[in-house]
Amino acid sequence: MSVAPRLELIDVSKRFPGVLANDRVSLSVKPGEIHALLGENGAGKSTLVKMIYGIQAPDSGSILWEGQEVRIAHPRAARRLGVGMVFQHFSLFEAMDVLENIALGLDGAVSRKQLDAEIRLVMEKYGLKLDPRRQISTLSVGERQRIEIVRALLLNPRLLIMDEPTSVLTPQEVDDLFKTLRRLASEGCSILYISHKLHEIVELCERATILRGGKVVATCDPRKETARSMGEMMIGSDLRDPARGQVSVEGPVRLSVRELSLPKPDDFGVALEQISFQVKGGEIFGIAGVAGNGQNELLEALCGEHLADLHTTIEVDGMPVGRSGPSGRRKLGLCSVPEERNGHAAIGAFSLSDNAILTARSRMGFENQGFIHKAGADEFAANVIKTFAVKTLGPDALAGSLSGGNLQKYVMGREIMQSPGVLVVSQPTWGVDAGSAAFIHQALIDLAAQGSAIVVISQDLDELLRLCDRLSVINLGKLSTPRPVGDVSVQELGLLMGGSHATPANSAGGIHAA
Amino acid sequence: MRLRLEKRLEPSRTMLVMTPVLSVIAIMLLGVIIFDGLGYDGPQAVWELFFTPVLDVYKWRDVASKAAPLIIIALGLSLGNQAKIWNIGAEGQYILGAIGAAGVAFATQSMTGFWIIPLMILVGMVLGAIYAAIPAVLRTRYGVSEVLSSLMFVYVSLQLLSYLITGPWKDPDGHNFPQTAQLTDAQLLPHELWDSGIPPGLLVALIGAVIFYIIVSRTVFGFSVRAIGEAPHAARYGGFSSNGIVWATLMISGAMAGLAGVLELMQLTRLNLGYPSGYGFTAIIVSLLGRSHPIGVFIAGIVLAITYVGGQVAQTVVHVPNATAGLFQALLLFAILASDLLVRYRIRISTASSSSKGARS
Repeated sequence: MSVAPRLELIDVSKRFPGVLANDRVSLSVKPGEIHALLGENGAGKSTLVKMIYGIQAPDSGSILWEGQEVRIAHPRAARRLGVGMVFQHFSLFEAMDVLENIALGLDGAVSRKQLDAEIRLVMEKYGLKLDPRRQISTLSVGERQRIEIVRALLLNPRLLIMDEPTSVLTPQEVDDLFKTLRRLASEGCSILYISHKLHEIVELCERATILRGGKVVATCDPRKETARSMGEMMIGSDLRDPARGQVSVEGPVRLSVRELSLPKPDDFGVALEQISFQVKGGEIFGIAGVAGNGQNELLEALCGEHLADLHTTIEVDGMPVGRSGPSGRRKLGLCSVPEERNGHAAIGAFSLSDNAILTARSRMGFENQGFIHKAGADEFAANVIKTFAVKTLGPDALAGSLSGGNLQKYVMGREIMQSPGVLVVSQPTWGVDAGSAAFIHQALIDLAAQGSAIVVISQDLDELLRLCDRLSVINLGKLSTPRPVGDVSVQELGLLMGGSHATPANSAGGIHAA
Repeated sequence: MRLRLEKRLEPSRTMLVMTPVLSVIAIMLLGVIIFDGLGYDGPQAVWELFFTPVLDVYKWRDVASKAAPLIIIALGLSLGNQAKIWNIGAEGQYILGAIGAAGVAFATQSMTGFWIIPLMILVGMVLGAIYAAIPAVLRTRYGVSEVLSSLMFVYVSLQLLSYLITGPWKDPDGHNFPQTAQLTDAQLLPHELWDSGIPPGLLVALIGAVIFYIIVSRTVFGFSVRAIGEAPHAARYGGFSSNGIVWATLMISGAMAGLAGVLELMQLTRLNLGYPSGYGFTAIIVSLLGRSHPIGVFIAGIVLAITYVGGQVAQTVVHVPNATAGLFQALLLFAILASDLLVRYRIRISTASSSSKGARS
């Protein structure tokens, strides 16, 4: 007789007004199994996981925990069963430190000292590096995610749900995480692993359940599949590789950065040190690196949110822009897309049309002597929605009502359709489903083919290796010497990315003391 | 059982418009209960307070002349509200506006000319703007909250006013009363426009509402104010300077308060210790009740003016205390803030008794 599955879902359905998010989904996870849950954005993965974690209740169907039917009324009940979860969107209090945030996630009261010790133990055991006393508002996305992982591991879970956990890690860190997960699995903990990175699933998981439109479309053994075959099951059609024609990068230099140095924006930010690079028309230049090494600071320095000391530090088509703000730089053709979609690249409470006014007003002529040409913005927004296949009701829809992938397509489209001479983008496909990611990559390639210079800042090495002509690594605010993509191995890049991270706990402590 | 606040995906637009109206109705009902409890004729007190000023044609002029400064000040404040920059010191800027105009009047006592009135208005507005620029400096250079600093400067302005009218600007023919000399004809606007009973301030308020409507909905500046209020980081990425918006909104609201101060001085014809009437504070309620929208502010200004006039009526007819109007204004502020919370959040009642059947303890 076989052992009862750790978790079994039978015909679970969940309906929201207008959508059937989960349609009779069945799934079973064995003890010690690493089980992949695959699907595009909106396929119903989050809803399913929320029901397992007790955030939402299923309308019908049953959930079995070790063979017994259970009703998981709230996350506390889920945790009591032994379900741990690492969310894609972090629920952390900005004004508190790491320790306090972890303490808040625990159901019982634990002394600060004891918790500190436990956290350090778990972090050491699983190779996670973080200073428990740092304040959340000063942490990068990657560091925030580590808190969530530690928080879940502290509870000794018997089923760990991981939602897109690797998007912000270096290859070595991913390897370490996989070791951690395999070790957890060998100790008998089941893992439900949600990811868009198909090759990771091939490498890590023993079984995969693929969702599309709220239904299970396939269950397979990833070790017997390829990333491509699973990707096709996931989107239900053939995957198109971005077509990068043979490009000869012989265009003129369109973006030139010379010895750009900027002090830390705050106590915990990263100072930029002597950053120099040039990007030619038609070229895609990649900047790799682990989150929190100055990527945000670099993007803000390039787009004009922070000014350089000298006007000539940054030049666009030979014109100095170092002392110009974002508007001045856009007029000369430098457009940008920051990493954070909601609240930085776009304003959630504004309509898509108003979000077009935010960055496209002068280049696209919606601005005339201080007055706004609303009809022009509506037309442009409608055009972006159509060209970039953004799923939304129209230009009047609030940006905040769009899913992450759709908003990203809109934001990318808004900048690309301004035909910028230079485009700087950060994390263009973070948290975006495979279909939209391919679309965004193709749009970047097409823009480069038209002669624009493109800078892609990303923590996703695959993305950079696929897209870029040359690559650099940013580490602690310094940029490595750019190298052609063909000349550099993933391992080398990984070492550069992790290079100065030999003693991160110490350096973080040092910053804290300063 | 537990009560829990849950953020709504999108506040209902209907409710955003309806809650100010419902708030007014709610405080009327509350007023009936309170006054009945205190032994007055509750329904009549509320009737005199809210309806007599509307139904009695002779009260309209009073309502209009009280509404004008409230609307003018609140228009300026509503711009700051949208940028989430809170100028609580409009009362001080209003006083400075009057002081500026009185200063011009003091210097031009023996002169005539069409330029005197525009000069008084200009100096009043500039002084109001400069006075509001102090919190702007403190905020942009030193990170001091404008809520506190702007409020504290109100008390400074009260001291300045009392110094001027008891000292250098005291009317020599005023029997030693602490007041300035009466404005001359060349320094006064007509009491009402074209014998219609409409005070000039109300026309200014109307024109102001139209101008502010255009600024907010049609200009890049108005857009930048809204952008800063919603998402400061995105606004910076869009090329807007947050410090610039702090300066602009504070100084514009200061200038509007100064303008109201000048017009009020021309109504009262002289500065005295009774001049500071709290319009600058009440205007905060007006801007919130009017949802920081120019049309809403115009209507809300009239509603609050009604409570001022009605308070006096209720005092003489029902003999409720003088503070009644202020009480209702405060209740109104509470009602708006409370209903705002409910528009943006919903209350969820969850039962804590439910737990999982298979849970280990």
